[in-house]
Amino acid sequence: MGSRASLALRRQGSPFTGIGPVLVKELADHLSSVRMLVLTLFVIAFGAFPVASSLQTLRTVVDPNSFLFLRIFTLEPEQVGISFVAALNFIIPLMAIGLGFDSVNSEFNRRTLSRVLSQPIYRDALLMGKFLAGLATFAVVLVALWLMVFGAGLLLLGVPPRGVEVARGVGFLVVAIAYGGIWLAISMLFSVLLRSPATSALCALGLWLFFLLLWPQLASAIVSGAAAGEIRSVEDYAALQDLAMGLMRLSPGTLFSEAVLALLSPETRTLGPMLPAQMRGAILGAPLPFDQSLLLIWPQITGLIAGMIVVFAAAYVVFQRQEVRA
Amino acid sequence: MADISSDTVIKARGLTKLYGRHRAVDAIDFDIRRGEIFGVLGPNGAGKTTTILMMLGLTERSGGSVDVLGFDPVRQPLEVKRRVGYLPDAVGFYDHLTARQNLRYTARLLGLPRREAETRIVDAMESVKLADVLDNRVSTFSRGMRQRLGIAEIVMKRAEVAILDEPTSGLDPHSTFELLEMIRGLKRAGVAVLLSSHLLDRVQSVCDRVALFNEGRIALMGTVVELANLVLGAGHPILVEAAGLDIAGTLYGIEGVQSVVPEGEGAWRVVADRDVRAAVAHRIVASGGALTRLADLQPSLEEVYTRYFEEARHAA
Ligand SMILES: Nc1ncnc2c1ncn2[C@@H]1O[C@H](COP(=O)(O)OP(=O)(O)O)[C@@H](O)[C@H]1O
Ligand SMILES: [Mg+2]
Repeated sequence: MGSRASLALRRQGSPFTGIGPVLVKELADHLSSVRMLVLTLFVIAFGAFPVASSLQTLRTVVDPNSFLFLRIFTLEPEQVGISFVAALNFIIPLMAIGLGFDSVNSEFNRRTLSRVLSQPIYRDALLMGKFLAGLATFAVVLVALWLMVFGAGLLLLGVPPRGVEVARGVGFLVVAIAYGGIWLAISMLFSVLLRSPATSALCALGLWLFFLLLWPQLASAIVSGAAAGEIRSVEDYAALQDLAMGLMRLSPGTLFSEAVLALLSPETRTLGPMLPAQMRGAILGAPLPFDQSLLLIWPQITGLIAGMIVVFAAAYVVFQRQEVRA
Repeated sequence: MADISSDTVIKARGLTKLYGRHRAVDAIDFDIRRGEIFGVLGPNGAGKTTTILMMLGLTERSGGSVDVLGFDPVRQPLEVKRRVGYLPDAVGFYDHLTARQNLRYTARLLGLPRREAETRIVDAMESVKLADVLDNRVSTFSRGMRQRLGIAEIVMKRAEVAILDEPTSGLDPHSTFELLEMIRGLKRAGVAVLLSSHLLDRVQSVCDRVALFNEGRIALMGTVVELANLVLGAGHPILVEAAGLDIAGTLYGIEGVQSVVPEGEGAWRVVADRDVRAAVAHRIVASGGALTRLADLQPSLEEVYTRYFEEARHAA
């Protein structure tokens, strides 16, 4: 295998040759597909309800300093029981999985892969082009959604958003796209690993369910296992809390909700050491300036982006080593 | 690379591919010259596709070397792939796109300017007689049309070398004939063609030279006639159909005739060391027989192949 690596290092030509055409074609495919329509309807169906209910509640608020527009995202209306960001926390992975689960294996199955790869491009360009096209598609939907929410707010609340609200809203968009990027990379990794798109979708959804439902249980089980000894001091307790937090942060969903919390609830001054369930109560005192909030969630943002890059790199390595016979 | 003479487009030396312990391709050597049609023939699993993939840099070789137009497919894959057209076994296109859109995508990957691409696409589709379905979705195409679209892609690319993996498999006789005609057209345009097939007799007519693959090795290589002479013995086989006398006895009397083998009712296969057709006709008619057919028999690759491996087995 040593010779493989050295040969690859010595290859000539830019790995990005051809990335543009791949991106354009994949983007066109996504945007014109029925799947895209279904995903959009799905987002609207899940998003409209919490947003509409929040707006109902917020119309009665008159405090001009209360970040009204951000509260459209975070308010948890009684009738719905779920805030818009909480809904997005699971819609985003579903959308990203929907866009990526068959991106490479469908080329195998249609027997187009070797024909495309016999054109003067590297596999790098194909994978990267597909990833960027998925991310762009996803970003288009999110931006549209975001504009609709702000637009609806403008119409129904009758006041324009403040500059800082828009800035925080844009920050939220970036975090949401990075969160989608992780799940897009994960679903593309499965599409490289598994020849059957159905199996690939199943695995990606399984992983998503694992993080959504099982991981919090598992994390607390691990923590209570670690706590089986004795808690003698505040330091012991803090160490346990750190462990719990660290474990939870392995789940992209946790990183997303922490980052979003700090961005959309400017009062948030700290993100640990607490479990996310406790976090909603942690809003104290005056709002932080935007840059302070950004500083607070910098680790979360870098974590999301680093995770995306690591998973994409894994997909890339596996794809490079595959023999293309179709 | 300097050691490639100007009329050699592909040169393989000791080319080897291992899958674990299995030698899928076992130290093969061959040269393909500019403007020839080279047939890579052999049964399924003989290593034809693996050899092709190594020439394109789509799989890495385990040993040996291969040069394509002076480039190394592993280190300079983009240079190789810019100049070589590839029609994979059971080629696929994007079904939801039209033929034109499919070719446009390829043209963009090739980096062709838009205007240039559009004219090349139309010309290429005309050359494979698909101009009237240019804007139909590929999902409506038959297998033969897809293969022709694959040829159109190679024409559009203006490839110097065309590598076609099992281009005729799954086609009916008429489509096969048409496709082989288009492959001849590539040759006329100066393209070197490498064509693989497991159906020896289907493609032997278009091949200038063939390599017979077996279990990862090239058993025999040369023109069809050379191989036939080598394996079936030098000689001109002819088919004689006649009635009314003791044909076998009569024919054995002709100078140069080596064997006369009955081939069904009233027909004989005659092998001689020279062209004896005139003498045969004369002798039969002179003896009062009725000559109904006298045909030159093309040596059959199938026969060459079978005989060669029978002999190899006997020798072992
Ligand atoms: N990915 C693979 N792993 C292991 N063995 C393989 C693989 N691909 C092909 N082979 C083996 O390599 C040999 C040659 O295959 P191939 O080149 O496809 O033959 P052909 O194209 O002549 O039918 C076969 O014995 C096949 O089983
Ligand atoms: Mg094959």
